[in-house]
Amino acid sequence: MSVTIGSGHEGNVREQINAYKARVKGGEMGALPSVLSLFVLTVLFSALNPYFLTEGNFANLLTQTATLMMIAMALVFVILIAEIDLSAGVTSGVAMALFIIMTNRWGIDWRLSILAGLLCGMAIGGIIGFFVAKVGVPSFVVTLGLFLGFQGLQLALLGDGGIYRIEVPEIRAIMNDNLPAWLGWTFLLVGWSLMALLGFYDRRVRSRNGLANRPISLMYSKLAIVGVVGAALVALLNTNRSTSIKEISGVPIVVPIAVTILFLGTLLLDRTRFGRHLYAVGGNPEAARRSGIKVVKIRIIAFVLCSSLAVISGIFNASRVGAVEATAGKAIVLSGVAAAVVGGVSLFGGRGRLIHAAVGALVIAIIDNGLGLIGLPAGINFLVTGGVLILAATVDAVSRKRSAAAR
Amino acid sequence: MTSQRPIVELVGITKSFGPVDVLKGIDFTAYAGRVTALVGDNGAGKSTLIKGLAGVQEYDSGVVKFDGEEVRLSSARSAAALGIEVVYQDLALCENLDIVQNMFLGRESMTGITLNEPQMEFEASKTLTGLSVRTVKSVRQKVASLSGGQRQTVAIARSVLRNAKLVILDEPTAALGVAQTEQVLNLVRRLADSGVAVIIISHNLQDVFKVADDIAVLYLGKMVANLKSTETNHLDVVQYITGTRTMGDQA
Repeated sequence: MSVTIGSGHEGNVREQINAYKARVKGGEMGALPSVLSLFVLTVLFSALNPYFLTEGNFANLLTQTATLMMIAMALVFVILIAEIDLSAGVTSGVAMALFIIMTNRWGIDWRLSILAGLLCGMAIGGIIGFFVAKVGVPSFVVTLGLFLGFQGLQLALLGDGGIYRIEVPEIRAIMNDNLPAWLGWTFLLVGWSLMALLGFYDRRVRSRNGLANRPISLMYSKLAIVGVVGAALVALLNTNRSTSIKEISGVPIVVPIAVTILFLGTLLLDRTRFGRHLYAVGGNPEAARRSGIKVVKIRIIAFVLCSSLAVISGIFNASRVGAVEATAGKAIVLSGVAAAVVGGVSLFGGRGRLIHAAVGALVIAIIDNGLGLIGLPAGINFLVTGGVLILAATVDAVSRKRSAAAR
Repeated sequence: MTSQRPIVELVGITKSFGPVDVLKGIDFTAYAGRVTALVGDNGAGKSTLIKGLAGVQEYDSGVVKFDGEEVRLSSARSAAALGIEVVYQDLALCENLDIVQNMFLGRESMTGITLNEPQMEFEASKTLTGLSVRTVKSVRQKVASLSGGQRQTVAIARSVLRNAKLVILDEPTAALGVAQTEQVLNLVRRLADSGVAVIIISHNLQDVFKVADDIAVLYLGKMVANLKSTETNHLDVVQYITGTRTMGDQA
């Protein structure tokens, strides 16, 4: 049986590119603005300061970004359903306080302690979800309340001004140690092959169902770009970036962890029933309900996922700092929201992907890093970051209007 | 005309909200392969009647027969299980999802734990093609980019995909321009011709006469007329709707 209505997969490369342009014009911009600004910022800062594009700063930038990237990705799950979690940062702080008390005071195995921290995050997410989805309290209020309350809880757990050194080498290693060169290459190869396999698998299933596929050259180009960029990054990170005698090289351990979470989270959102329903609830909760989707359940799971991933960002932060403080996580949550929005995740719900949050976090980190290198006064980067955020939110609002007007 | 097999039969339906009797003993039948228009002024009880059929709001008393069997429509789920689909005026589509995703929302086909996108895409295309829909370019378009008529088309196609036996359309042309109204009415006609019983609620009598086989008129909670559209005219229907004429007056 032949099908006469297309699916957007038909046509040659040129037609595909035109269709993409039309989508962008129609308001479906996705990560395009943030990728472009990433490019512009990189060119700008490397022109202004030669240190910006060095191996050392590059590795530094990646570890600086990891914590922000993780919390931004966590927030995507709740922003997608047009909610917010202002307590994501302090939730990670509370979970890490629990972790450090278990390892340092009680001498419990670090793996168990991490598990306890993650479970603690899940429980907090469940509580937020209950109040928001079941009781109907606005998430802004629930999580603002927790934001304040958990700061008190952190103080109670760790004491005023309490700082506990992390004694677990495995946790310290995440941000401070690097993969051996061969392992970095292996990781790239595995990830790239996975992407290629997934691509070929999708094409095969489509043609088995008698559906058109996009020109294969498009897929080859995509794989080539990812391969080349990935290889360049790994090669760059595998060169010695030390300024002293001791060699420092390799992909920071946090990178494969973050990329794996990004990959799994994207599979969850794009290819499972839960992901589809999450987008539906974000787009039109009433329509979702009428389609038989259990809206309350989806919302609660979204908050659980957010809080759990926030705990992972807390682990990253603790690893980088080398300690758990009573004030951990307080400052980062708004930057996380900013990163998601800058990356193209819509605060109106229903639109955005994890990769957008990751790119947005890179943009914000680059602004921070680059302006710091140029040596401008500290206040400037807040101004610039704030400006970029408002710009991004404006782009989102305008593109929404445009896609509404395009019909 | 084709078959006269009643899909849904209502006998002596009543519904009140407190002291207000909204439905006062309604008899109503919709047949497979026919479009039945339900008309009446605001407050006549159209919405209440439809909500009962959709399982959203149970009737107080009366008999509901579906496909010849007496049934209870206690929830939207039980109505859907029988094959009753309602296409609401505000459409209930997710703008941020594409056509395929909307058509399969809540009933996705799966391979293991992952969505079977190619199969859903194929089925969606097949259904739209089967309804001779030509206004949609790609089934992977986001609903946000569709016109009102196209959205209505997607909503109707979704009920077909779900193998509905009875499709209830609530003001399907209310917000549409002339050309789009034409397209949607044609679609409604094809839907009925495929053997589905269609109930259409409309205030627009022009549309009603264009598409309906039968016209049922509600006036203040009572069914005041059951007419064949070929045997009546615009003016008669208006008089029934406004209560200036009853079934006994027939000249």
